[in-house]
This record gives sequence, structure tokens and C-alpha cells, in this order.
Amino acid sequence: MSTRSIVPFGPQHPVLPEPIHLDLVIEDEKIVEAIPSIGFVHRGLESLVNKREFTEYVYVAERICGICSFLHGASYCDAVERVMQIELPGRAKYLRTIWAEMSRIHSHLLWLGLLADAFGFESLFMQAWRIREKVLDMLEASTGGRCIFSVNCVGGVLKDMDASMLKGFVQELDKMEIQVRAMEKTFLSDATVNNRLRGVGILTKQQAHELGATGPFMRASGINRDTRKLGYYAYGDLEFEPIISNDCDSYARCEVRIREIYQSFDLIRQAVAKIPDGDIAVPVKGNPDGESFVRVEQPRGEAVYYLKADGTKFIDRFRVRTPTFANIPAMLETLKGCDYADVPIMVLTIDPCISCTER
Amino acid sequence: MGIMNFTGTTLKNLFSKPATKLYPSVPQDYKERTRGHVVNDIDTCIFCGMCMRKCPTGAISVDRNTRTWQIDRMNCVQCACCVKNCPKNCLSMGKEYTTPDTEKTIDVLQKILTPEEIAAEEAAKKAQQEKIKAAMEAKKAAEAAKAAEAAKTEEPAKAE
Repeated sequence: MSTRSIVPFGPQHPVLPEPIHLDLVIEDEKIVEAIPSIGFVHRGLESLVNKREFTEYVYVAERICGICSFLHGASYCDAVERVMQIELPGRAKYLRTIWAEMSRIHSHLLWLGLLADAFGFESLFMQAWRIREKVLDMLEASTGGRCIFSVNCVGGVLKDMDASMLKGFVQELDKMEIQVRAMEKTFLSDATVNNRLRGVGILTKQQAHELGATGPFMRASGINRDTRKLGYYAYGDLEFEPIISNDCDSYARCEVRIREIYQSFDLIRQAVAKIPDGDIAVPVKGNPDGESFVRVEQPRGEAVYYLKADGTKFIDRFRVRTPTFANIPAMLETLKGCDYADVPIMVLTIDPCISCTER
Repeated sequence: MGIMNFTGTTLKNLFSKPATKLYPSVPQDYKERTRGHVVNDIDTCIFCGMCMRKCPTGAISVDRNTRTWQIDRMNCVQCACCVKNCPKNCLSMGKEYTTPDTEKTIDVLQKILTPEEIAAEEAAKKAQQEKIKAAMEAKKAAEAAKAAEAAKTEEPAKAE
């Protein structure tokens, strides 16, 4: 019988842009168990809600994460709006939907690049990020920021996109789709990529359900669930079906994310076609008083927000359950029995965002 | 599964322009809405301190007495919250990003007044002080009158 040893993984690791530490218990080259520890980038952003006015906390909320920044800000606003019973103007809902889908495209392209980098395909990584640059340019042109947009406010959005800008974006997205389709061939049918991804890190449907996985990680295990189907913002008016795969491995997660990029292109086209005219924000009077609970589908999975206000301009409590936090137990399950060399890919396939998790 | 999937992309890349720019020799083209840095038109600023109170990171500090407005560029997160809340619209967002630095820099802007403006401000201050003084005196007089009236009503009560 071989002896067991512990190999530390992270918090500084070439494959991870963010710090998570895993103690990998290995037997020969096989992982027997992984013990996670987080807490390297805790910033106390949730407690700042007591010290910033509720209208100014939006700027703090969207800095919880650099990639899903838009949805953190928008969901915080959504939570306050629900407490104050503010009905958003239709145009603001559509604008939020368009920006949310654009940030999904940029997040998924970033992830595809990181995945290519993790299995050592440097030039594919650059292809993915080159396409991503286009969507970042669009976001900068429409909001003023590349990753952190600062366009949300309680009661609506701060900036509008006129018809010519939206039309230009749709044309740009059509060009991007051709490029993504060219890149998809390498990701999904190349022999070297397949060798690294097929059959690696199996998470069965049963396990995904029991361990509470979310997002593309869960949908790649065959569970048909997408929080966007709740119909928040303008999603209720748009036609789409959750993308699932029954392969349950790393390849399936890659495939689901690529197909979700196409879905986002389609959702933006639908939203641009249906966007109504009108105001982009409604005036807000008074202070929030009450509780609310918001669920949104972020690029990485379902995020849950709880907000409690006590009638002053400072909110009492704001709690965020991020998708990565929910995905960590399932990730540990996939690590069991896998090769030591596959650990970086395993960790990456949940699309970890540790800054989000620790806030 | 196949091989040579990447060949098309490789050939295309071989004959296309580079995706990156040779920065800084080729300047960056900023978008119309890019939030690069906060600009203050100090001549229209009234030093109300609203930007200082609203700033989520506390990067701005305003001193009304010395008429200075200062910003810690390293603390500023370009959220444009100050621009949104400025009552005189003297704050705006410049397109260019602030340059990288090895030290934390604080930009200080001071409004320098002309002698006429100083005289006008002093006159306004004096007028306000006099107004306050007059109001105080009026209040005192009113209080004294009230006290006298109260004493008057009390006296007959005592006599009874």
C-alpha cells in the first residue's frame, strides 16, 4: 500500500488568478481528498453597507467582483428597489439585460482563455482574449468602464444607449460570433484539447444536486435549471432555453459555456429588437424599510442577495451568497480520484471567483 | 475529434494586422464615455463639500476656508459618484486614465480670488454676521417681553 502525503496547492499558483488554498491528500499520483481554505482576500465589503448611504453603496457592491461586477451592482439595486416597491421603467430593464448578457459573454470568453492557458494551449488563450477585447470595447463605449461599469443606480440606470449604438453593437456581435465559431472548433473537436478534458472530473447529476452546484457547472451535469427563467429584468419577454449537457465532465462544462456565449448573442439581439422607448430611471424618495431577497443568474451561477433595511439611509444588513461558494463542495467531490496533473483544470472548471466568495 | 483545427486561425493571423497597439508610441483612443479621471473646474466650485461626503472611498477632501479641493488619485475608483452629486456641475470625468506612479500623489486645486472678489466675500460675511446679530437681538427682546408679560400675569395672581 502506498503512503499518503499532502501537497499544498495555492494560494499562489500559476493557473489561478485568485487565491484559494487546497491541501491535496495524494496517494501515488491520485488525489484522495482535498481540504480547502479560503480567506486570503476578505475585504469586509458587506459590513461597509452600514457606513455608506444606500444610494452610494451601489459603487461598493459592484466592486465585490471584477468580472460579475455589473450583476452585483444591479442586484443590490434590485434588492433596494423591491424593499422600496419601485417599479423600473421598461427601458431600464432591457438595458440591464443587455449589459448583463454582455458581461456574461466577457466572463465566459475570459474563462475559455484561462482554460486554454491551464492546459497549456497559449495561442488559443490569446484568441479567446482577443475576441473578448471587442466586447470590452463595447462596454467601454456604452458605460465608460471596461469591467466596472458604474451605470446602476437605485431606480434605474444612469446611461442610455441610443438606437444607432445598439445597432452598431449587434453588427459587432455578428462579427464576433463568426470568430467564436472558428475558435469553438479547436475547443470542442481538437484531439489535444479533448485528451485533456474528456472524462476528467466527473460530477454526476445526483452529486451535483446533492452538493448544491450552480451555474454552468451544474448544467453540465444535466440539471435543467437557470435562474434567468424566473423572468427578472427583461428575461420574461425573451425566448431562451437553459443549455445543458449530460456528459458531466470538464469537456461538458467547456461546451456549455461556449453554447451560452451564443445564447447571450441571441438574447442581446432579441433585447435590442424589443427594447421600448422611455425613461431610464425613476426618482427615488425616502429611505428603504424592510427585507428583500433576490436571486440572479451570474455568469458563474446563481447568486443570492439578502437585504434588510431599517428606515434610515444606512442599510442594516446585506448578504451575498456567490456562485463560487456554492460550487466549492462539488469541486472537492470532482477532485477525489483525479490525477494530480488535472487539479488545475478541475479547479478552473467551476470558474472560481475567490474575491466574490470572500467579499 | 480532429486535427489541424487551428490551422485556419493560424494562417489568418499570419496575414492580418496585430490585435495589439504599440503603446505608448501609438496613443490610446479613448471612448466618448470613458471614465478616466475626475476633473474639477475650480472657478465654478463653491466648496460645498458634497463630493467629499458622497465619495465611496473618501478620496476627495474639501476645505472651505482655504478654498482648496484635493483628490487622492490612488484612492479614486472613477465611479463618477461625485460628478452625479455636484450641485454646480463643476466636476466632470476626463477621458485619460491617470498615469502609473511609484508614489501616492494628491492633486490639490486652490481657488485664488481677485481683490474685488475678496472684498465682496468679506462684505457678504459682514452682512451675514450683522444679520445674525440683529436676529439674536430681536430674539432677546422678544424673550424679555415674554418674561415681562409672564411676570405681569403672575403678579395679580399673587395679589389675590
